[in-house]
Amino acid sequence: MSAVAFTGTSVMDIDAAKIRGAGSNVHFDKVSVAYGSHVVLHPLTLDIAPGEILAMIGPSGSGKTTALRAVAGFVRPASGRIRIGATDVTDLPPYERGLGMVVQNYALFPHMRVEDNVAFGLRAQGADKALIGERVKDALATVGMATFARRYPRELSGGQQQRVAIARALAVRPRVLLLDEPLSALDAQIRRNMVEEIARLHRSLPGLTILYVTHDQTEALTLADKIAIMRDGRVCSHGPTTELYRRPPNRFTAEFLGRANLLPVTVAEAVGSKGFATARHGDVVLTGAGRDEEAGDKSLLCIRPQHLSLTAGGEHTNRIVGTLREVHWQGELTHLVLDVDGTPVRVSATKLPVELPEPGAKVPLFFAPADTSLLPEDAGV
Amino acid sequence: MSDAVAIGAPAIRREPGKFWIVPPAALLALLFFYPLALIAREAFLDDSGVANPAEIISVLHSRFFLNALINTVTISVSATAGCLIVGLVLALILAFVPFPGSGFIARLIDTFIALPTFLVTLAFTFLYGSAGMLNASLMETFSLPLPPVDFLYSTWGVVLAEVTVYTPFILRPLLAAFSLVDRGQIEAASVLGARPFRIVRQVILPAAIPALIAGGSLCLLLTVNEFGIVLFIGAKGVITLPLLIYGKAIQESAYQVACIIAVVNIALSLGLFGLYRFAAGRLGV
Repeated sequence: MSAVAFTGTSVMDIDAAKIRGAGSNVHFDKVSVAYGSHVVLHPLTLDIAPGEILAMIGPSGSGKTTALRAVAGFVRPASGRIRIGATDVTDLPPYERGLGMVVQNYALFPHMRVEDNVAFGLRAQGADKALIGERVKDALATVGMATFARRYPRELSGGQQQRVAIARALAVRPRVLLLDEPLSALDAQIRRNMVEEIARLHRSLPGLTILYVTHDQTEALTLADKIAIMRDGRVCSHGPTTELYRRPPNRFTAEFLGRANLLPVTVAEAVGSKGFATARHGDVVLTGAGRDEEAGDKSLLCIRPQHLSLTAGGEHTNRIVGTLREVHWQGELTHLVLDVDGTPVRVSATKLPVELPEPGAKVPLFFAPADTSLLPEDAGV
Repeated sequence: MSDAVAIGAPAIRREPGKFWIVPPAALLALLFFYPLALIAREAFLDDSGVANPAEIISVLHSRFFLNALINTVTISVSATAGCLIVGLVLALILAFVPFPGSGFIARLIDTFIALPTFLVTLAFTFLYGSAGMLNASLMETFSLPLPPVDFLYSTWGVVLAEVTVYTPFILRPLLAAFSLVDRGQIEAASVLGARPFRIVRQVILPAAIPALIAGGSLCLLLTVNEFGIVLFIGAKGVITLPLLIYGKAIQESAYQVACIIAVVNIALSLGLFGLYRFAAGRLGV
């Protein structure tokens, strides 16, 4: 995909320049949303930096789409303010917010050709014809749909329609792009490709701020600079993607963002200068990366399934023993399910011993302290 | 051997349902086609059974027929246009402007379909008639000697009554069409910078065109044949084709003239119905 090279001048360019000058960061300032007495979004304070992709992820009804719709202007906050750049947009109608949006079902206008769909926003904003032609061409080229300009949406596949929807949103040069579960309607293979294409697209448009709402952790992990995990109308964790994955602050985050094995432990020795604490799981002493745990604290030791190994060596200084219950071969990966003192533990392995133990056998598991994270046992949120 | 027998003597296929066409066909012939044929015969043949083109040409060129034809077309086209405008505005409000009780209002408007057409006319007489509430109030307030509002007894009174009666025939299919409009399209248009009027014009209306055409055609068909409203209002000089047929047949006993006009009325109706079916078929309504 080539980068968009927008040129030409119009009223819209002046507006766009104003908008860029105003910045493209999004700021939620204690934004809450309620339908009658039912609060669907509790006071939310959150920043999305200019050019950042923030993925809001959470189960159904967690408030992530409500937060996005509040930015778009379709939901009126019960309290709080929303700023985009320097502009307080809380009271602005959607058509004055300077945004782009892509939704799950594409929402293309079925009676318009692809080129007219992409030109719609520019026409609505009063751009001149020459500029519209140029931007439509560029936006379609950006998403690899230049040769489909004369087609109707019904003549396109789901993936192609979604590309057109992205081109339509990009053509108006939005200061913020809102993506509401944009890939949910696509099949798995196309979804994987589209995630990669969106990542490439953002690399070609580094100034574009994106709020990406999804329930798919893979999309969030692949695309997002930062992730906000929503639960019951609240943000239960927010931070850089790798940090949140490697060091989840609570149980919900650990389990929602990828698979996690959570071993109940009691801290034996507080976190030292290197950031590690020792903890006891039954009679076994383990070392894990901690925060501010004190001796005697009840904690959970989070270990990702891919960080568990059936063979010792290297930095894998921690050792636990479990009873093998199930083996699931899935081609690239083999998933083992073990029972470690009543706690189910999953192992995802690319390489296995030649002779795999039979279910019921005692199997030692090894893992590195750096691949673990201690989190408070009572932090259910 | 058994195969040969099977091929040589195929089982008799019975079609037990094929005779069921007879009763409805006979009923249609008796109640519909035969009377139509009688009307056509009366229109085209004289008492001795000979074609009488001179009489047909005379009727078709007569002042009363042409006036009735012009009135019919004027009233039906105006009423249909009125229904389309009022129906569209109402449907847009009911479908896209959220307010408590919108469903109740939609159902209330629906009930108009169930009421006899003359009932609205009767209500209009009470409201806007010479001795109606509006005129009585105005005469009393401004001490006027004569009723100031007399539009009811004109072509426009008939048009207003027909718009009131037939708007639900536009409203219903429009509401059905609007319920199928993807709200995501409206929201996408809005985020892209389109104001409400542009959204209605470029996103919502294209989706409603089949419903508008089907509802409009049906409305045109019904208003062309409207009899009760025109008769009940009794506007002076407002004679439509159905009213003219009634007058010639019942009041003047000029059956052949009535039948010639009836044939024109039928041709007009069937033409409009054909147009409606064609439009509905093409647009998948």
